[in-house]
Amino acid sequence: MRPRLRKSGKKPIVATMRAAPGKRRSVSEVDRIQLEGIHLAFGTRPVYRALDCRFPRGQISVLMGGSGAGKSTLLRLMAGLIRPDQGRIVIAGEDITTLSERDLFRVRERIGMLFQGGALLDAMTVFDNVALPLREHSKLSEADIRAEVERRLAAVGLPDTGGLMPRELSGGMLRRAALARAIVTDPEIVLCDEPFSGLDPLNVRRIEALLIELNRRLGLTLIVTSHHLPSSLRMASQLVFLIDGGAVVGTPQELLASEDTRVREFLEAETAGMPGFQAVPEVAS
Amino acid sequence: MISALRTLGYRTVMLLEHLGHMAAFVGQIGLNALRRPFRFGRLVMEIFDVGVLSLAIVCLSGATVGAVLGLQGYNTLTRFGAEGSLGAVVGLTLVRELGPVFTALLVTGRAGSAMAAEIASMVTTEQLDGLRMMSIDPVDFVVTPKALAMLIVMPMLNVLFILFAFFGGYVIGVELLGVDGGTYVTSLEDAITFEDDVAGTLLKSVVFGLLVGLIATYRGYTAEPTSAGVSAATTGTVVTASVTILIFDYVITALWGV
Repeated sequence: MRPRLRKSGKKPIVATMRAAPGKRRSVSEVDRIQLEGIHLAFGTRPVYRALDCRFPRGQISVLMGGSGAGKSTLLRLMAGLIRPDQGRIVIAGEDITTLSERDLFRVRERIGMLFQGGALLDAMTVFDNVALPLREHSKLSEADIRAEVERRLAAVGLPDTGGLMPRELSGGMLRRAALARAIVTDPEIVLCDEPFSGLDPLNVRRIEALLIELNRRLGLTLIVTSHHLPSSLRMASQLVFLIDGGAVVGTPQELLASEDTRVREFLEAETAGMPGFQAVPEVAS
Repeated sequence: MISALRTLGYRTVMLLEHLGHMAAFVGQIGLNALRRPFRFGRLVMEIFDVGVLSLAIVCLSGATVGAVLGLQGYNTLTRFGAEGSLGAVVGLTLVRELGPVFTALLVTGRAGSAMAAEIASMVTTEQLDGLRMMSIDPVDFVVTPKALAMLIVMPMLNVLFILFAFFGGYVIGVELLGVDGGTYVTSLEDAITFEDDVAGTLLKSVVFGLLVGLIATYRGYTAEPTSAGVSAATTGTVVTASVTILIFDYVITALWGV
């Protein structure tokens, strides 16, 4: 009997249709992503030195830091696209640094990723791009896939764009189409690499609202890299500052009041001259 | 001295590592070609890209090469009063040597370089990483259909090249220079045998198709994710594949006498 497309957001579509009993962990076991003692260097340049960090389930965490601090690299580590020189990355209780590429495919069924440039396949239409994970991993009929893809495209504000090629989309539309593809299989974790970069304020607010809605409605764990401080402060439950190969973690309020001079310098530089933005409070020395 | 030895050792290790990666890549393509899912739709698209879009250049080049062979062959053979053997000379030269080699070089320039550039630009724009994040193996989804298409199409294009070259040689030798048409065709038929010549040309073109497909996809897949990386993958494909074709042509000819 063909599995039915689920309507509510409790289990991933892929998991619902493909999981053999006892083979997968249930969603409730996925409490967080945990990075322990991560070391990584590109050539002689160290990126992380014993980085420890946790990302709570069902919350929005924003990775911040200067250029070259390793924000995108951290997302790629969590996605298993690169491996650390040392350390453990635990997702749903499983250390992914020891997994083979084939086993990583199983872990990635829980993870959606929005790449900075969208990473849509440029030889396919937007519809085919969003439908691809369903066609590959589900047994849904073509009619069900069509309905699901149209629902997702409408959810990201792109109805009636399925027939367009990625090159025909603007930057904001491309990001939203890529987000539709990232969430079409209802992953538990979505990694977003600079979703606001190069966008006008209207599109920034649109994507920000979309991410917040996804987090609230479906309980997704969102990990976002961003240079956009106002959006980050509005949406984040947790801010992670990557500085000097390590991480300073806290809520936005905690970090705004941080006595760490490196964090304060970064925030002051980001908020300098920002109209209507409350300056970082002075900390008594 | 020690420094030179160290450099030599490092280069040897790097070469072995490179060869190991290439062998694993080839093995992965072989496995993907044999196991489900069979991506017929993508294979047909790639056959169109490699084959149909190369038709014009292969046919035109074939006719031209045949015409040149007819002209040169006639000029040489008339010195010995042997112009009646023009069909045999044109046929044997094309079937045994020029057909498979020229076709492979032409397809490398047109389709192999395009294949490498396409995959390399997918690396640069993170499209292959996007596939990995959808739990889709890029070697299975992107690379295998391209490599298989090259393997399937190369013998077909080789046959077309040879047929058009026969035609080019016929037009020059018979219609222009006055060689008897019946003599031309008969000497061609008598000279070419299936076991030695036709099987040999097909063997060469299959080997060349395999090599060009693997070199183009590997260079694209392992390209640096920069625009210079795309350029290096494209140039590297043409140079490496061309030299490899010529070396393997000699090896096959020497070993099997075709």
